[in-house]
Amino acid sequence: MAFQEIKLYQTGTFVAGNRLLDPDQRSVQARTGRSNTLTSGHRACRGCGEALGARYVLDAAMRATDGRLVAVNSTGCLEVFSTPYPESSWQLPWLHSLFGNGPAVAAGVAAALKARGLDDVRVVGQAGDGGTVDIGFGCLSGMFERNDDVLFVCYDNEGYMNTGVQRSGATPPAASTANTKALGDQPGNVFGQGKSVPLIAMAHEIPYVATATVAELRDLEAKVEKAMTFRGARYLHVFVPCPLGWGADSADTIRLARLAKESGIFPVFEAEAGEVTAVSRIRRQVPVEDYLRPQRRYAHLFGDHPRPDLVARIQDRADRNIARFGLLPEGDE
Amino acid sequence: MRSQVEGSQAVARAVTLCRPQVIAAYPISPQTHIVESLSDRVRTGELAGCEYLMVESEFGALSACIGASGAGARAYTATSSQGLLFMAEALFNASGLGLPIVMTLANRAIGAPINIWNDHSDSMAMRDSGWIQLFAESNQEAVDLHVQAFRLAESLSVPVMVCMDGFVLTHAFEEVDLPTQEQVDAFLPPLVPQQLLDPDDPVTIGAMVGPEAFTEVKYLMHVKQMAALDELPVIAAEFRAAFGRSSGGLVKPYRTDDAETVVVALGSVLGTIEDVVDTMRDEGHCVGALGITCFRPWPAAEVREALAHATRVVVVERAFAVGAGGIVGQNVRDATRGLPLEAYDVVAGLGGRPVTRASLRRLLDDVLAERLDPTALHFLDLDHALVQRELERSRHGHRPGPHAENMLRALGTVASGAYE
Ligand SMILES: Cc1ncc(C[n+]2csc(CCOP(=O)(O)OP(=O)(O)O)c2C)c(N)n1
Ligand code: SF4
Ligand SMILES: [Mg+2]
Repeated sequence: MAFQEIKLYQTGTFVAGNRLLDPDQRSVQARTGRSNTLTSGHRACRGCGEALGARYVLDAAMRATDGRLVAVNSTGCLEVFSTPYPESSWQLPWLHSLFGNGPAVAAGVAAALKARGLDDVRVVGQAGDGGTVDIGFGCLSGMFERNDDVLFVCYDNEGYMNTGVQRSGATPPAASTANTKALGDQPGNVFGQGKSVPLIAMAHEIPYVATATVAELRDLEAKVEKAMTFRGARYLHVFVPCPLGWGADSADTIRLARLAKESGIFPVFEAEAGEVTAVSRIRRQVPVEDYLRPQRRYAHLFGDHPRPDLVARIQDRADRNIARFGLLPEGDE
Repeated sequence: MRSQVEGSQAVARAVTLCRPQVIAAYPISPQTHIVESLSDRVRTGELAGCEYLMVESEFGALSACIGASGAGARAYTATSSQGLLFMAEALFNASGLGLPIVMTLANRAIGAPINIWNDHSDSMAMRDSGWIQLFAESNQEAVDLHVQAFRLAESLSVPVMVCMDGFVLTHAFEEVDLPTQEQVDAFLPPLVPQQLLDPDDPVTIGAMVGPEAFTEVKYLMHVKQMAALDELPVIAAEFRAAFGRSSGGLVKPYRTDDAETVVVALGSVLGTIEDVVDTMRDEGHCVGALGITCFRPWPAAEVREALAHATRVVVVERAFAVGAGGIVGQNVRDATRGLPLEAYDVVAGLGGRPVTRASLRRLLDDVLAERLDPTALHFLDLDHALVQRELERSRHGHRPGPHAENMLRALGTVASGAYE
């Protein structure tokens, strides 16, 4: 998709209003014809990044497919807050089976549509980080390896939120969760090797992999639209702050997502067939501390017994992302 | 057409004739020949219009069938033993959602100790998963039950498991009458899904349900499964009319009319039992056999009727509830409540141990001579000495070590079974 160049006259912002854009460049959400796939009235917490992300992802996918879309959802907050029957918030055909099988169920839907000759109907599978990087991982890798025609979307809020905020394989080091509390000299969650499912997805050499955050929603939409231009397995990993689980202000969801990207904590990039094709560069680099401080899950790093050593290790991780993905503008590194 | 084929090939052909649109499976002995053969048939175009998913696990296999069924495709899978247990969560999910998936279960023991040979521990472990369970006595019946299973599953929107004894049936070459495509097409109309993921008419499938309606949803599952007790005999009668042979139904009484002692069993062992019944009849004993074709739903009325005149029932089963007793036996007792009969629970043929005519004969002689305690659980051909020796070791040794290995060493054999 070609992007329109626009001049920003307002200082201190990188966000352009839709008014400045040609109609076909405007956000799906700005259109009267948007599908409201996840409609109002659901029970997500105030400021839930996952609800915001899902709404943008699915409305963009609906637009890209002209409404010919089926969604498969793994168990988790998104499934629970959207469905207590008959108050379903879903305005598209939607199937929830289990916590660990979303990618396989979605592959089955895609196979059925193909067998039935319904090539125009497309499939999106979606899950939280737990349903993607942990319990659903085997099914996800199988779906990638077979190159099934599914876009799988992970809404990464870095923990098992639905069951009361326990750690997942995507929980970052030092984060305090219900089962990784900063007790004694424990740092919160362990400093492990990490588990980047976007990179693992790339190792499967599937047609398209992208990461995005709910701070840059137009970018998120564009990636969904792009993903829908490919056939085969595609993976989108969306960073979605969780005010409840992270101990953050509901008003800070977008800000935290932006700080995660601007600090290098969460690299935003695209890859095709196993190669990185684009990165979203950091526009104004911030130290990780700016990102960590507003979140209660990191409060133990800054309290009466501050742990600058741990903050430094987190900074190292962000710096490694910056170097690895070339996240700083040319010449800034 | 009559042909001499391996059970697995016959079943693969029968499934092909049923025109599944999505197959998802993961290999495990003794199911492998079925899914390999189906893969060939999809690749050669014999089974046209079918997507075959080679998934990463049995959990993935049944999950893909769930998605495929929800999206309106006729979906099929096959597994055995550990594979069925690996599917456990998805089994309950498929039945809870009311998806008409058909599965072949090549019955095999469950480890530990790992064992690839036949018994019914797998299907019995999942008897309450909400799937209809049909048991084939022969390869002919396995073929016929598959054709009927798709009919049944789709008419009630309930998943159906066709159980056939691993190796004993799956790997046996027998003469089988394979139906023609025209016959099957006439018997099995294309799937008309009762719920569908359709962009033109979007529905939410798999929503959360709380205490306000959960009981009612489960009750409906029960009602629908019980409806199979009416539906199956109708389907079996139609099958007989269309294909010219009897297969399926709920129960199979064999010389039970005036029988005082009736042996109840499931699956391929029935053939051996019927032979023993014939011999004993010739000798003037009033014995009979009752085969259970449909184990879930449990055909209580038919079982009760078949046993109404018996004074002794010997339930021979290839599985048991550890720490409790017979599983089929418990169901038989339930069905015969209030009748003046004595029921004996006999565990036989675990992990591939042959159930021979001689052993069955000894068992029945003991029953007729009232040498068997009806209140105890019996194990046919149990090596008591071996067990005693191991118990003795455990009592004295400070770290007696793993039982299975000890007992094999005591026997001086190595475990059979090269494939897992
Ligand atoms: C097999 C199984 N194990 C555990 C659970 C309990 N469970 C439900 S949702 C969930 C965590 C979901 O975490 P995630 O996928 O990250 O989604 P989130 O709620 O954070 O959006 C867990 C552990 C379950 N439903 N099924
Ligand atoms: S707990 Fe977090 S992910 Fe779940 S609804 Fe609340 S904000 Fe959203
Ligand atoms: Mg999560």
